Amino acid sequence: MNLRSKDLISIKDLSAEEIGHILETAAGFKDVLGRDIKKVPALRGKTTVNLFYEPSTRTRTSFEVAAKRLSTDVINIATSTSSVVKGETLLDTAKTVLALGADIVVIRHKCSGTPHFLARNIDASVVNAGDGTNEHPTQALLDLFTMKEFKGGIQGLDVAIVGDILHSRVAKSNIYALTKLGAKVRLIGPPTFIPDCLKDLGVDIYTDMNAGLEGVDVIMMLRIQLERQGKGFFPSTHEYFRNWGLTAARVGRAKKDAIIMHPGPMNRGIEIASEVADSSRSVILDQVTNGIAVRMAVLYLVSGVRG
Amino acid sequence: MRLLITNCHIIDPSQDMDALCDILIEDRQIKEIHEHKTKGKAQKNNSEQKTSAREQEIIDAKGMLVLPGLVDMHVHLREPGFEYKETIRTGTEAAVHGGITSVCCMPNTNPVNDTPGITEFIIRKTIQEGSCSVFPIGAITKGQKGEELAELGMMHDAGCIAFSDDGRPVMDSLLMRRALEYSRIRKMLIISHAEDLALAEGGVMNEGLLSITMGLKGIPAQAEEIMIARDIALAELTGGRLHIAHVSTAGSVELLRTARKRGIAEITAETCPHYFSITEEAVSGYNGNAKVNPPLRTRKDVEAIRQGLHDGTIDVIATDHAPHHKDEKSAEFDNAPSGISGLETSIGLSMRLVDDAVLTLKELVGKMACTPARILGLSDTKGTLRPGADADLVILNTKKEYTVAASDFRSKGKNTPFEGWTLKARPAVTIARGRIYTWE
Repeated sequence: MNLRSKDLISIKDLSAEEIGHILETAAGFKDVLGRDIKKVPALRGKTTVNLFYEPSTRTRTSFEVAAKRLSTDVINIATSTSSVVKGETLLDTAKTVLALGADIVVIRHKCSGTPHFLARNIDASVVNAGDGTNEHPTQALLDLFTMKEFKGGIQGLDVAIVGDILHSRVAKSNIYALTKLGAKVRLIGPPTFIPDCLKDLGVDIYTDMNAGLEGVDVIMMLRIQLERQGKGFFPSTHEYFRNWGLTAARVGRAKKDAIIMHPGPMNRGIEIASEVADSSRSVILDQVTNGIAVRMAVLYLVSGVRG
Repeated sequence: MRLLITNCHIIDPSQDMDALCDILIEDRQIKEIHEHKTKGKAQKNNSEQKTSAREQEIIDAKGMLVLPGLVDMHVHLREPGFEYKETIRTGTEAAVHGGITSVCCMPNTNPVNDTPGITEFIIRKTIQEGSCSVFPIGAITKGQKGEELAELGMMHDAGCIAFSDDGRPVMDSLLMRRALEYSRIRKMLIISHAEDLALAEGGVMNEGLLSITMGLKGIPAQAEEIMIARDIALAELTGGRLHIAHVSTAGSVELLRTARKRGIAEITAETCPHYFSITEEAVSGYNGNAKVNPPLRTRKDVEAIRQGLHDGTIDVIATDHAPHHKDEKSAEFDNAPSGISGLETSIGLSMRLVDDAVLTLKELVGKMACTPARILGLSDTKGTLRPGADADLVILNTKKEYTVAASDFRSKGKNTPFEGWTLKARPAVTIARGRIYTWE
């Protein structure tokens, strides 16, 4: 099976079958990562450019490791060191990158829609590593991969996503992916972070954390961006933790074997208590490892479309 | 110069006219109109016989509609300061290409049109390079900063036809009150760009499920409605003449309808073709050419705008022609400037309202020519084909379909969300103060 597009921009654009195919491919690559020699020659001779317009350590590193495990050459371009600071337009940067011989461009940008713009304008495969408050598709894919690993499947799972849904590209990509694969999604947090119209996506909304966590299989916590505090989204981190912080007592509301996820980096004591983050239920580090396998699958599959 | 236009099917609500006529133009004015006695047959009337000996041009408008030249109350000509986006030369060429013979240009230039000197510059430049009439709109506040009143009286004397901080609201309610009060010295028109900046902060499209699922910051309809409600209240308080620019939401239409029922002061309102033609869906795929402020709204809003046009709540169709350079529009959606290049699609899009039975042809011409001329105090010379008026008219081909192509625009701004649309009405000939522009 091939993906339909040369790019991986958005979970919205993927069918359930395509998501399933990416996860299966990732499972194969995860086996590779467990071997002595953790590298395959699948994309030897190809060039991957990591074009990061936003600071990122974990996602960029994860893509870099994934690309190297597939034997592609990797070029990292960060805005602070590139011509972007000299006022070069995105399109000019992209064309330059292409002229350098890039086959795959992995892009992160603070403006939503930037990968879409890039994909329309260049021939290379474009992979979205997070665009504004729109989507972070590979994060959702690695989250699904992790849920599948621990829960056996996605269909029928009760998944609670807690926090700033409005501004979270991770939450949005997860909502699209989980609902496509038949999970039941609950969104938990203050109404300033969860507009009512999100119900139209087929999810349930809770402002009461305890009620929302009742009987769920998966608790996915989101990082709270502290600068939102000054904008009136919530009065204080103290009040936030009181209402929506994940404590051991609240974890007790979920199913006994529920897993706890977080895309990182965590604010300990603000959205999640340390004891919970470090508990046996936490699969946060598994998410990081699985991220490499999933990104290998994505890079491999989009290359296959372009040939 | 004398010009005879024969076989004109004239639609002119200013004289309640829907008839087959000949029009004689002399010295840049409408000289005579002769109604045909026998249907469909050009009459050998006196004027033609009298003038046949003299040098005279004749245009046969058979099968075409002939309307008063359109009056566009809301245009950005970008000069001075942003000549790479548009100039008075290219903007007025675009206007006549769209059948528009009078444009009011907004003051958000660089420098801002907030002193008589800038106003005089625009007027002088129009005389030198303009293809049609240009009426400058002055800033309400110095530098459009919303802090202190500009020299409204002196700018009015220099030729400003109305005042607006368009592009920005006057956020300070007290200052807006003062502007509406002070404007009464010459019965000057104050045009409100209704947007609560705090509520709209950072927004780039309409707020709703679509903005959330596109990851774009939304602007709620209430950002517009709150300010319209405020300005209606201030007009009531002050007795100033208020005109609401680019109405885009159902709630705004309802506020205006209620105000009108209560008979508050003199409040008029405009909308633009994009607000009754397309919805927020047009920004899907992060189409920068559909980014405009106020943003494109929902189907429900489009229906309400159409209803508001139909029942007379909305008086005027203006374009809010906002040309931008291709490089600016092809940036990230968040960073692309707002605006649609609208002069050359306005009549084609608006004629769809007649096809959809929202407006009669006469009502449409009223909203695009006669009523804006009346609101601006120009009804003796503009928006009418009465003898003595300026020789401004458009001969419209409504029979031939055509495809919108920005590459055909005379405007420097190719930023249109209507590329590839099939429209029907297109000017074959525009006459602006006696000057003839022919495209077919």
